[in-house]
Amino acid sequence: MDAKRRLLVATLATGAWAGFARSSEPRVRKALPVRIGLTPVFLNDQMGFLQGWKEYLESRLQRPLEFVQRQTYKGIMDLLLGGRLDFAWICGYPYVRHRTQLRLVAVPVFKGKPLYQSYLIVPAEDRNTMSIEPLRGKVFAFSDPDSNSGHLYIQYLLHGMGETPTTFFSRTFFTSAHRKVVEAVAAGVAQGGAVDGYVWEALLGLQPDLTNATRVAARSPFFGHTPFVARRDISTDEFAAMQAVLLRMDQGLPGQSLLRRLSLDRFIPGEPRLFDSIAQMMRTVHGG
Amino acid sequence: MRLADLSFRYKIPLRGSVLIVATAVAVSISLIAREYDDFKRDLIDNAESMGRILATTLVTPMLHDDLWRVYEIINSPFQSKLRPDSPLSADLLVIVDPLLRVYVSNQPKRFPMLAEAAQVVPDFKALIDALRQAPGDDPRVFDLKASQHLYMATPILADGVLLGTLVMGYPRDIFLPRLFAIIRRAGVVTLGVLLLVIAASWYWAQRFAEPLVRLADCMGRVGAEIPADIECRLEMQDSKDEIGRLSAAFQRMVLDLREKAELEKQVVVSERLAALGRLSAGIAHEINNPLGGMLNAISTFKRHGQEDPQAAKTLSLLERGLTQIKETVAALLVEARLESHALARQDIEDVRTLLQPDLSLKRARLDWHNDVVARTPLPSTPVRQILINLLLNAIHALDPGGRLACRVALRDRAMTITVENNGRHIPPERLDHLFEPFAHDSPEGHGLGLWVTYQIVEQLGGRIEALSQPGETRFIVTLPLPEPA
Repeated sequence: MDAKRRLLVATLATGAWAGFARSSEPRVRKALPVRIGLTPVFLNDQMGFLQGWKEYLESRLQRPLEFVQRQTYKGIMDLLLGGRLDFAWICGYPYVRHRTQLRLVAVPVFKGKPLYQSYLIVPAEDRNTMSIEPLRGKVFAFSDPDSNSGHLYIQYLLHGMGETPTTFFSRTFFTSAHRKVVEAVAAGVAQGGAVDGYVWEALLGLQPDLTNATRVAARSPFFGHTPFVARRDISTDEFAAMQAVLLRMDQGLPGQSLLRRLSLDRFIPGEPRLFDSIAQMMRTVHGG
Repeated sequence: MRLADLSFRYKIPLRGSVLIVATAVAVSISLIAREYDDFKRDLIDNAESMGRILATTLVTPMLHDDLWRVYEIINSPFQSKLRPDSPLSADLLVIVDPLLRVYVSNQPKRFPMLAEAAQVVPDFKALIDALRQAPGDDPRVFDLKASQHLYMATPILADGVLLGTLVMGYPRDIFLPRLFAIIRRAGVVTLGVLLLVIAASWYWAQRFAEPLVRLADCMGRVGAEIPADIECRLEMQDSKDEIGRLSAAFQRMVLDLREKAELEKQVVVSERLAALGRLSAGIAHEINNPLGGMLNAISTFKRHGQEDPQAAKTLSLLERGLTQIKETVAALLVEARLESHALARQDIEDVRTLLQPDLSLKRARLDWHNDVVARTPLPSTPVRQILINLLLNAIHALDPGGRLACRVALRDRAMTITVENNGRHIPPERLDHLFEPFAHDSPEGHGLGLWVTYQIVEQLGGRIEALSQPGETRFIVTLPLPEPA
């Protein structure tokens, strides 16, 4: 059978080969690509890195792989929950919201812990702001409505002060990516912004000019780092294969090099309760 | 030195150059002005299409109130490296909401969001006031004199509803490098053409002025002297233009002057010789009368006086002196013996025979032409004397082995005797006094030969001319034949 297939590969056109593959049912799962949704919880606009990571994962999984990106977190979540994606690297906030439909595959380790913070950043010229309070009546930049560090946490803070973003700020807007929050604050479009601390630190190494135009005014408590999740109904084999590859990324030079570009130490299996604090904030803000 | 005194050699090319430069500058300025206007119009056209594209692109994000997307769109021209003079080089893009507050700008720190646009920069007040009065549906240019910027305001319309106005500001500075580039390019081209044209005009003007200058030089010399033909030959004298005509007229004038001078010289010479002739005739007559008496007295005394040896010796001395005076006077007082027989061919051939010994002595060669065949109504003795005198002089002037020629011709009722030799020539200063008696100190002869010849020719009613230059000396005698009775 294998010899026959190799012959066909050598002699038939790709279309004919695809048709043949579809007709032999037991092999289909392996031939179809793994679809992984990516969100701007990391610097997902580095195409060079994504290409390297894709090749790395494909070679380890022995399967073709496809990265899928959308304008918003919601776009990815809709695809994932709709069964159009197998895995996704998302934020803790959508995870806790849809925890029942998702399985936690891995959690990244940043500076030794599977934790990160939300940073309140202001333009570098602003030397006085040390908390959210002085930003009352100013223009404020969020990353994504479904981001924990880039939206939920600020909502939570303001909730504690009896305010909402609409009442507290004169104007708010979403940039849909953490990097762009940094850009907005650096350019002065907004006088303050909420950004994923891990992304800000990673940018510090890549684009110091950009981060140096901003200043971290305040840091949030630690939250569970952005989880790598799978659909609940994914096969055990596939889940295990993906988890094994991610957890072993820090073993061997190619994986280490990729992790270094992400400014991460490694991936660990993680525990769902890492995200309990986010769930707590969500309940507080939305009264769930 | 005044400009008016300057030679045409410089004046014509200078004037031409001034005209050329003035033309080039005028043309360049008008081209540059036009180029500048074109550039400005291009910029406005480009800004307008740019404004329309941006305004269309901005509709959706503005409808969705996606401020960050709006900012990214208006900021995108500043992300790429554009040429400084690119029409995209608006350095300011501001979106003003319908309430004329800043929605967002590419310079958020200068134009904070929600600020009253009119308050932000002084430039904006007039612009915002204009927008307030007439929002308009089309892009508009605001070329405010006091402003450092040229503004283009484009309304952002969704289905006819005004969402905001996009204001693009172009710094006026961007015109300058472009303008300088245009000026530099025009300058280089103009300079190149100018060099060529001016060089050509100088060459042409030189050619034009050259004959005028030479004519002026030659004319300036007329008066003091008459310029030689060669010195004043003008290249354009063949042409029929003004200079050609002037040149021809000048040539004619110089020729006339030269002829006149020549004539005057001849008249002076012949008048002087005539006066000399009259004077010598008078003196000879006055001398001959007492001389005859004295010689008679001596003759009488020798025949009848005493035999005193001392007196005889003295008288003999006196007689020899007086005889010499008589001969000299006789020589001066030339009187052609007109009564001699008519000239025959043999009379002339005899002269040839007569001169043979002298010719042999000088080993000279003689070309001899004698046209006289029949008897000619001219007295033979004076004609032979003329021939002998001229030929002896010619032989005398010859170097050994030289050549001389003698032609006797009858033409137009006149006899022409031409005697030529290639011996020592007569210097020009002597030519003027050639026929005067004792005009030159000759070791041989008494210097009366040519005087006598001249007198004889005069008495025969003829003319004698002498031409001499190195290698050739020529005497031409023309004797008219008397009218047959």
